[in-house]
Amino acid sequence: MTKGISRRSAMRAGAGVLAAGAIGAPMVHAQGSAGNLRFAFWDHWVPGSNDALRQLGARWAERNRVNLTLDFINTTGNQLQLTAAAQAQSRSGHDGISLAPWDPGAYADQLEPVDDVIGRLVQKYGPINPVGEFLAKRQGAWRGVPATSGTQNKPALCRFDLLQQHAGIDVRAMWPARGEKGPGADTWNWDTFLAAAEKCHAAGFPFGLPMGSLTDAVDWVGGLFASYGARITNERGEPTIRGNQQLRQVMDYAVRLSRFLPNDVWAWDDASNNRALISGRSALIFNPPSAWAVAKRDAPQVAENCWTIPMPAGPQGRFVAYLPWTTGIWAFGRNKNAAKAFLEFLSERESAEFTTNFSGGYDIPPFLSMADFRVWETEGPPVGTIFNYPLKPHHDARYSIAFSPAPPELASQMYIQALNTKVIARVAQGGETIDAALGWLEREINNMRRGL
Amino acid sequence: MADGATLAMPRAEAPGGASLKRFARRRSTIAFLMTLPLIAVIGGLVAWPAGYAIWLSMLNRRMTQFIGLGNFEILLDSETFRMVIFQSVFFAVTAVILKALIGFWLAHMLHHLPAKGQKKWRGMLLVPWVIPPALSTLGWWWMFEPTYSSINWVLAIFAVPAVPWLGEPWWARISVIIVNVWYGAPFFMIMYLAALKSVPEQLYEAAAIDGATGWQKLRYVTLPMMRNIISITVLFSLIVTFANYDIVRVLTNGGPRDLTHVFASYAFQVGVLAGNIPRGAAVSLFMFPILAVIAFFVLRGVNRRTKEEL
Repeated sequence: MTKGISRRSAMRAGAGVLAAGAIGAPMVHAQGSAGNLRFAFWDHWVPGSNDALRQLGARWAERNRVNLTLDFINTTGNQLQLTAAAQAQSRSGHDGISLAPWDPGAYADQLEPVDDVIGRLVQKYGPINPVGEFLAKRQGAWRGVPATSGTQNKPALCRFDLLQQHAGIDVRAMWPARGEKGPGADTWNWDTFLAAAEKCHAAGFPFGLPMGSLTDAVDWVGGLFASYGARITNERGEPTIRGNQQLRQVMDYAVRLSRFLPNDVWAWDDASNNRALISGRSALIFNPPSAWAVAKRDAPQVAENCWTIPMPAGPQGRFVAYLPWTTGIWAFGRNKNAAKAFLEFLSERESAEFTTNFSGGYDIPPFLSMADFRVWETEGPPVGTIFNYPLKPHHDARYSIAFSPAPPELASQMYIQALNTKVIARVAQGGETIDAALGWLEREINNMRRGL
Repeated sequence: MADGATLAMPRAEAPGGASLKRFARRRSTIAFLMTLPLIAVIGGLVAWPAGYAIWLSMLNRRMTQFIGLGNFEILLDSETFRMVIFQSVFFAVTAVILKALIGFWLAHMLHHLPAKGQKKWRGMLLVPWVIPPALSTLGWWWMFEPTYSSINWVLAIFAVPAVPWLGEPWWARISVIIVNVWYGAPFFMIMYLAALKSVPEQLYEAAAIDGATGWQKLRYVTLPMMRNIISITVLFSLIVTFANYDIVRVLTNGGPRDLTHVFASYAFQVGVLAGNIPRGAAVSLFMFPILAVIAFFVLRGVNRRTKEEL
């Protein structure tokens, strides 16, 4: 008689454990004759949005007989960025991963070129927007596919009632929910904006514009700088600060504007502006529709008075802050062809629209031809509130990302260190002269360039 | 009988085999083999990462070229990093002094409570130290939060104007120190309480007979008897406080204008977020030599005093 556990029962128990693990894992199974594939995507903060990628993944995996696993990693505590850094160091991990804006450049050497995929997509849907191309095309090749899921614009999200009442601006008339400008749209520039900011501040509803070091702050200030033509470096990363009149002009403007903002904006994070709008304390923020979506749930009386419009125009034109994700395929991945096919599938118009619908219109596809999804027309209340969220031809606007056209290894450092908001803060909060602050900026950039 | 070098009497065998067996039976060999797992753990989890970090700090951003101490030189040229040095030193020194003073005061208060009440107070006062700091800092953040600070709400009841806790540089610096002191003071308290309990009561009695005042008892009995524990606690806390990350990260993220960054939070920003891992490694290693020198002198002092007492 045998005592204890037999080999067979141990195998059975082991199989049970494995099965339980498999059921618990976020896996999209198919008949895996075409191998395994594992992707890490950004964990979307719009509830339910990850389901779009899950469903699309299941559909594609079944059709192509691939064992596909999708992991959703959030950016709280920079977990996703840490995962990418660890995988790049160890040269192992997922087959593909969502990359933050500057990461395709930072990891260019370790990312599989996807020019073939992009070539086919561009043939079908036209050009990818220039910022997406600038970020993802590095060292002569596309290092990732600009993603729809998670990619956002940061136009002005306004309380139209407060702007009308306190600043006399009817933003719904200026930017109606149809493909044309309304009366007064051409006067929507930074000067009008400053006057409105002053009036709303006086009325107790200051604009909620963060000036800290996180992305919402850096992005809107990047759009402001772009609209004044104020570049702080050239394409080679050399500072272009001395004698730069546009830079001085935009600095002067930003310092004047900051007087009409809440006095603690220097410490605001990416949620502070949302809270300012949702609580009814602010008349305008620069944000994707997520703040409006939360207001719809928590403060419906605020949500139904919200309207999204493009950023104001400056002397060099109108720019919209844009923060894209790119999905890269690691060069050390084991199933690169399947990974490319999967990303191509996710980028097709039907998939992109499916993804954007799940996010309630939050996600912006990289192709300019896809700015006409119906979700942006139908979402509400009020219906049409996010019609002008994607960049549309009648906006006469361009996408911008802060610190372009600097090379990514430098730009990512300037972006993370928020040099654009800090240089303003040194004057507006620290009491330095513009000359002293610009001198500091130049020294910081020169220092960052060393040892690259 | 074993002579201290071997565990058993050697038997006559072939010369090669015998010497191998003798080697294997030596106490030093056995001791080495038994400590090997520990050496492997220390080597793998301490020495190797530390060595790798030092190696990383000497590479260029792409990690393709050895640049020696170039990253350190670049950092020292940066105004922002010089400010981080100042802030780290200010943060660590101020917080450790406050923690030591508050911990000492609390320990004294507890020591003079009756045993029953002492347990309850000890448990309650240890709570801040038991809660994970990232979580408790989040609680503090809600209280300091720029727009809806609950502390400001309370101040407003007494007509005190709102304080920009995290938005104004000096308030932000004070805020991170407050949270660090709140979190770390119980550690000092419990260490000092243990030390106070070990001071022989006879010494106080003798001092009392000699007519010593309360201050004189503290100055000439308590403090000398606690010198070693004070030195070790301060050293330990200094190292941990210099390496603090979570409080700054959660509370201010280094802002406003980098004026609250400490080495760890700045290293994370430069190394991981901005993708310059070698320079981030250089930031994180910056205090290592200074702390090592401080640790050497403090521990040497402790050893000397211990020998004197023996």
